[in-house]
Amino acid sequence: MTVTLQPRSTRFKERVTLLYEPGLRRNRFNQICNGIAGSFALIAVLPLFLVLIYVLIQGGRLISPQLFTGLPPAPGLSGGGIGNAILGTLLVTLVASMIAIPVGVGGGIYLSEYAQKGWFAQFVRFGNDVLAGVPSIISGVFIYGLVVATRVFFEQSYSAMAGGIALAVLMLPTVIKTTDEGLKLVPQELRWGAYGVGASRFVTITRITLPAAFTPIATGVVLGIARAAGETAPLIFTALFSPFWPEGVFNPIATMSVLIYNFAIMPYEAQNELAWAASFVLVMMILAANLLARWISHLTRT
Amino acid sequence: MRSASTIDAFTLRRRPPAEKFTDIGFRQLTLVLAGSVAAILLAIFLTVFQGAREAMASFGLSFLTSSSWDPVNNQYGAFVAIYGTLVTSLLSLLIAVPLGVGTAIFITEDLIPRRPRELIGLMVELLAAIPSVVLGLWAIFVMEPVIRPVLVLLHGLLGWFPLFSTAPQGPGTAPAVLILVVMVLPIITAISRDALNQVPIELRQGAYGVGTTRWGAIFNVILPAAISSITGGVMLSLGRAMGETMAVTMIIGNSLNFSFSLLAPGNTIASMLANQFGEADGIQVSALMYAALILMVLTFAVNVVAQYIVRRLSLRY
Repeated sequence: MTVTLQPRSTRFKERVTLLYEPGLRRNRFNQICNGIAGSFALIAVLPLFLVLIYVLIQGGRLISPQLFTGLPPAPGLSGGGIGNAILGTLLVTLVASMIAIPVGVGGGIYLSEYAQKGWFAQFVRFGNDVLAGVPSIISGVFIYGLVVATRVFFEQSYSAMAGGIALAVLMLPTVIKTTDEGLKLVPQELRWGAYGVGASRFVTITRITLPAAFTPIATGVVLGIARAAGETAPLIFTALFSPFWPEGVFNPIATMSVLIYNFAIMPYEAQNELAWAASFVLVMMILAANLLARWISHLTRT
Repeated sequence: MRSASTIDAFTLRRRPPAEKFTDIGFRQLTLVLAGSVAAILLAIFLTVFQGAREAMASFGLSFLTSSSWDPVNNQYGAFVAIYGTLVTSLLSLLIAVPLGVGTAIFITEDLIPRRPRELIGLMVELLAAIPSVVLGLWAIFVMEPVIRPVLVLLHGLLGWFPLFSTAPQGPGTAPAVLILVVMVLPIITAISRDALNQVPIELRQGAYGVGTTRWGAIFNVILPAAISSITGGVMLSLGRAMGETMAVTMIIGNSLNFSFSLLAPGNTIASMLANQFGEADGIQVSALMYAALILMVLTFAVNVVAQYIVRRLSLRY
């Protein structure tokens, strides 16, 4: 035994030290993989920089008071602004929020507070995940068939209302999911304490549990609103577009996202420039909302 | 006397009817709101199905295989769009999966200090927040002119190959694939990062303890442990890529003619809907609804498989 082991162990001693040897095959492989992963990360981050730089340069240089107060020019003319589209985006997103937030928070409360594990809750959670995966354009087709084609709102076909409902369909899964998960994080002791001092279930939920889960819910809701504000596909044939100032929620309305789409594919310089300016405003609003969400989520940690 | 006062206390503590009704009413209200998700899902399906019935009756299953989309003669077949949807989404995943998983490894496996790691994570998340229509605008005016020489070169070198057989002329399938890569990359990165973070520390320690290198551990221990979640995430982003509309519509060229070439203009179901739905009438609306139904079924199937993978195949340690 020892006779056979002896030569092997000396050979072992010669070849291996405990020092790091970069020349070893496995270490070379390691280096190469590090490089590949690093360059992949670089490639992944690159588009953000490129898009942001172009939006900042191309859109930022067009920022003027007139941009916010003016109406888009007729094709072929220059100047003008996107005031109606900014207002329209705010209005449509507001309609969507007013539908999706109450429904979503209510549904989330049911899932988390009343029916944690029942078959119905599991079914709704599954349905919610499926709804989250429904392409945004399908939401537009759905609302077109349900609201626009049937003219349910005062015989109006295309309307800001229809656009808002289409966006609400897209926002809903996010709001339900964040409410459900946010409420799950609330310690059970808080609920017991409330019941212990005689609070009813309704009071416990509205006064104790919901406020305790405010941070995660608000974060998710803000992110959902930001996402909805940038959506275009559901609005093209629900809210349509309008070159005029908004005329209430039951008329077609201009939004920044649809303006970008329409004006980007037009062969006119002035329209293309307005598309960049609208991108600038939209991206700034959405990034601000994202930072706001981040700020909210850090509020309670400090 | 004593027992009477207890009874008094009891009666005092009885819930007034108003409170009871609020409680029950609130519960029922939230039940209805939760149920609305299922109702909306059903309503989406029924609305699209109802709209598609006319086209289904007149074109049947040949709608899937016919590539003539002819509003003048009212002949419709969605093969070009279905083919485009599958090709663009699969090709973009082919590029985005290695990039996304690589980035996720880079920002979870201690390759660089924590601060820059978090910064990269934040930037990828912000990339996901940029609206797709802005990416489309960027693709038209910035990306496409920049990559066109590359595509021209590709056509020159590999023009004999069917996938590169036409001269690039601006919008086309290849730029659409690239912009889809930008759009799904954040999703794949985020899900892969979460999956890698959930791999138990003991597995890593065990691997490093027996003397493996970092990439030995990643390829043999960490990735196999996280692979089911990553696969689920990849499926989710496949669904997203198939349904992605705006950026693709703006750069794919919306051609109704079939071409194998990636450099030629193409079409997807979503971009066809965005492009034609507003101006369509009669049976064209129905044909578009039929196409929308196909898209819905495709994304539904992909999403269900994704959820199944995430739920059932998640590794038990």
